[in-house]
Amino acid sequence: MTEFSGLLTATVFLPTAGALAILLFVGGDRNIRWFAAAVALADLVLSLWLFATFDRADSAGRFQFIDRFPWIPGETLNASYFLGVDGLSAPLVALTGLLGLCAVFASWHITHRIKEYFFWLLLLQTAVMGVFTSLDLLLFFLFWELELVPMFMLIAIWGTGRKEYSAMKFLIFTFLGSAFMLVAIVAVYLTPGVGTFDMTLLSTPGAMLGPAGLLLPLGALFWLFLVAFAVKLPTWPLHTWLPDAHTDAPTAASVMLAGVLLKMGGYGILRINVGMFPGQTEKFAWVLVVLGVISVLYGAVVTLRQTDLKRLIAFSSVSHMGLVMLGVGSVGVSQGALTITGLSGAAMQLFTHGTITGLLFLSVGLVYEKAHTRYIPDLGGLAGRMPLVAIAFLIAGLASLGLPGLSGFVSELLVFLGAFRAYPLMTALAVLSIILAAGYVLWMIERSFFGQSRERFAEITDASPVEAAPLVLLAVTIVGIGVYPSLLTDLFEIGLEPMVAILNGGG
Amino acid sequence: MSLHDLYVISPYAGMAAVAILIILLDLVVPRKGLLPVAAVAGLLAPLILSLVQLNDLVDGTDLLADVVPASVLVGTLSVDRFALFFNFLVLAATALVIISSTDYVKRMQQFRGEYYGLILFSATGMMLLAAATELITIYISLELTTLPLAALAALLMTARSTEAGMKFLIVGALSSAVMLYGMALVFGFTGSTTLEGIAASVAAPGQQNVPFGSYAVLVGLVLILVGFGFKISSVPFQMWVPDVYEGAPTPVVAFLSVASKAAAFAILLRVLFTGFFDVSLEWAGLIAILAAASMTVGNLAAIGQSNIKRLLGYSTIAQAGYILVGVAAGITGAASGLDLPEYADIGPNSVLFYLASYTAANLTVFIAVIAVGNHLGSDRIDDYAGLVRRSPFLAGALTLGLVALIGVPPTSLFIAKLYIFTAAVDSGLAWLAILGVINSVVSAYYYAKIIRIMFLQPAAYQEAIPIPATSGLALSLSGVALLWIGIAPGYLLKMAEVASVALAG
Repeated sequence: MTEFSGLLTATVFLPTAGALAILLFVGGDRNIRWFAAAVALADLVLSLWLFATFDRADSAGRFQFIDRFPWIPGETLNASYFLGVDGLSAPLVALTGLLGLCAVFASWHITHRIKEYFFWLLLLQTAVMGVFTSLDLLLFFLFWELELVPMFMLIAIWGTGRKEYSAMKFLIFTFLGSAFMLVAIVAVYLTPGVGTFDMTLLSTPGAMLGPAGLLLPLGALFWLFLVAFAVKLPTWPLHTWLPDAHTDAPTAASVMLAGVLLKMGGYGILRINVGMFPGQTEKFAWVLVVLGVISVLYGAVVTLRQTDLKRLIAFSSVSHMGLVMLGVGSVGVSQGALTITGLSGAAMQLFTHGTITGLLFLSVGLVYEKAHTRYIPDLGGLAGRMPLVAIAFLIAGLASLGLPGLSGFVSELLVFLGAFRAYPLMTALAVLSIILAAGYVLWMIERSFFGQSRERFAEITDASPVEAAPLVLLAVTIVGIGVYPSLLTDLFEIGLEPMVAILNGGG
Repeated sequence: MSLHDLYVISPYAGMAAVAILIILLDLVVPRKGLLPVAAVAGLLAPLILSLVQLNDLVDGTDLLADVVPASVLVGTLSVDRFALFFNFLVLAATALVIISSTDYVKRMQQFRGEYYGLILFSATGMMLLAAATELITIYISLELTTLPLAALAALLMTARSTEAGMKFLIVGALSSAVMLYGMALVFGFTGSTTLEGIAASVAAPGQQNVPFGSYAVLVGLVLILVGFGFKISSVPFQMWVPDVYEGAPTPVVAFLSVASKAAAFAILLRVLFTGFFDVSLEWAGLIAILAAASMTVGNLAAIGQSNIKRLLGYSTIAQAGYILVGVAAGITGAASGLDLPEYADIGPNSVLFYLASYTAANLTVFIAVIAVGNHLGSDRIDDYAGLVRRSPFLAGALTLGLVALIGVPPTSLFIAKLYIFTAAVDSGLAWLAILGVINSVVSAYYYAKIIRIMFLQPAAYQEAIPIPATSGLALSLSGVALLWIGIAPGYLLKMAEVASVALAG
């Protein structure tokens, strides 16, 4: 089975080509920066092209832009190079393109080992793009692992504070998680009668894994996958690597980490756990909801106590990613048919959190670069000195606490609506987090940007055009989606519809 | 001896001829820099002859299969795709080692001709070993492989190097003696020295309640395994490895760790599957235990090492363990409680695939270590601090090789490990596969430690490390091979599958 249109392959590997070109041919700090920006821009255009031309008609195939050819043919390892996007992954590919460009702009001030820096940054983008587009489990795993080394290097070399410790922690957590996933992948493959890594096949009713003839019980497979994704998401109690990694990472790495790497976890849960193990997802939905609600509340409460801006945003991510779990948990509905609301809320949350947190980290990066501190009590009155950054931060902050009209509101509302039908009490508890979020976001904005302006910040300047570009880009996206959410929800629903149909026993 | 016999042994004879030629050239050529060029060019002869034979093998599986019994070679050699697979592997490894050692060899001023000659003689032994199907031939090939290596290990003439050579010689001689005793026992019991004859005798029903059906076969085979265990450096015959690896010249260690190991695995597969298949339920369990012990001991001991050659020595013990997993996975039946063993081709396939993948990865690491060590004059891991600033190319290549040894995609050993552990699960050895995965995670720690030191620690000196053009060439070749196998493994998988057909009873 060979199909090849090449568009997805180009989107995935263009950053790698750029990375190699930087390593081998491009010299001079200025050239390297602009070259990397050009590559990231081209990749953004490609990913937006995918997003825009995705055929939304009912008659269109579920997976589009398919690139497929046998990779390791034979009976022993029947793997194929199989890329394709559906309504779930197309927006995430666009998100990766968007944040990839922002990350390059956020790296403008890097001068230390600049060649290597952009090499790793662009390689990271290929890995994430690959995860979102792979439809072959082995290929998926390959990209999943490929992301480790660039992120490790970015934190360990260009980070601040206890960077080596944080990088190692990130590496060990993720590596252990993926060891679980590899075991599950091999066990799925070796199950008699399977012999394929094809994710589309494995999530088709009829061809799906049944209870018979399994090497490992279905529940074990479900949890092996889930642990790998829960580490990445991250969900309480596997989240402890995240605050360290975020705090010590350079700005661009934080943007990529919060913006797209965490989304790999949520995407994996939707694509593999829900897609390939619908029965188990229903069975364990209550566990997901409990974990999700604990993450939401625990994350929010701990966030309130933070005094480092980056650490604060990191913990708020734990809280917001808990909502993804809650949205997925909506499949545990006991009465009536499952609606798509909760799942599409979870998928929306992946996208909106990516843009919102990306913008928050970009702004904090600028604050830190100019004020040389992220310690909230030392900050204050920055709004007068850097109005652009303050406005961006305000938009992101308000979106983060779920202000209607901004993107965060849409996804949180969908998650709560979906989950409430299944678990009213737990959902009500999770809604409390909105109040906590209002608390920490407003408190943070007030303490760092408003209040008395301080003398030692008198020399601080606002963002330069290059620094402002990504801020504007993300702020526009946040407002745009808040005003016109169906731009995304339509597409996510197309992608999730088949899963809902299976969960409802049809398909 | 007929003309056809000559044709059959031509790659081996060609290889030996090149070795002799190099030693003669050394006497008359004043410019010693020409020797490696001549040696690599000479390798083309056995390469072409092997390719011709491969082309001849389209239909039959053994060049000697249809020959009249009068041929003296019948029974002693089997020139099939299995043997040719190892011919290519040994030739590639030999070429890379020779190319990468041109700079290093300047240290052994008066022995440069001998160095290349001995490497080539040893390679001849390795190629013969992969084709040997008769005990005496096996023994002679093994000695032809080992004795030049012992001399090579001592070639630096320093105290450490001499110690390494001495140790390798004595331990090697001891294990050969033990193996010879085992062979004598097997011959005494079966009345045959050919693997075919042995297989026929072993197939006869043996005594009940005696392992292997007979004490003679039991003791004989176990003693033979001792000899092979020494060559593949598996636990508990690994004691010589760290000292020899540390003391011997680095290119020799590189050669020892890939080519010699591959050849020893070739003959291990041949003897076990062709000669002793009918008692395989017994030896498969034994091999599985050796595999588990090698992986675990090698990885745990490697963690504390501060000398990179010693560390790689322990790493190679662990790698031997992974490969033994594949050997054990060649037999199903033990786990499912069958009385009769069943041949599972996925096991030997995965071993062949792993050996080729490992050769590319380990050579990449060693060639970088040769270049760095040659410049720094040290093999301490701490001296690799900041290597990425001093030589991005070497640091990058070394990182690639180490990442491959961990088994991270998209490198060759990821596919190889996946393959070998899949084989284990398939043959009912899931516990061994799980132990292997755990061991891989453990090994990530000490491999990543080197990467961390190279990238994150400040360098004590700033001046760049020059890369000799030859090392650059060899590194590029092995690095590309490593990635190529990892990204497009289809071709090598096919080669391994075709080659291991010869083992199927």
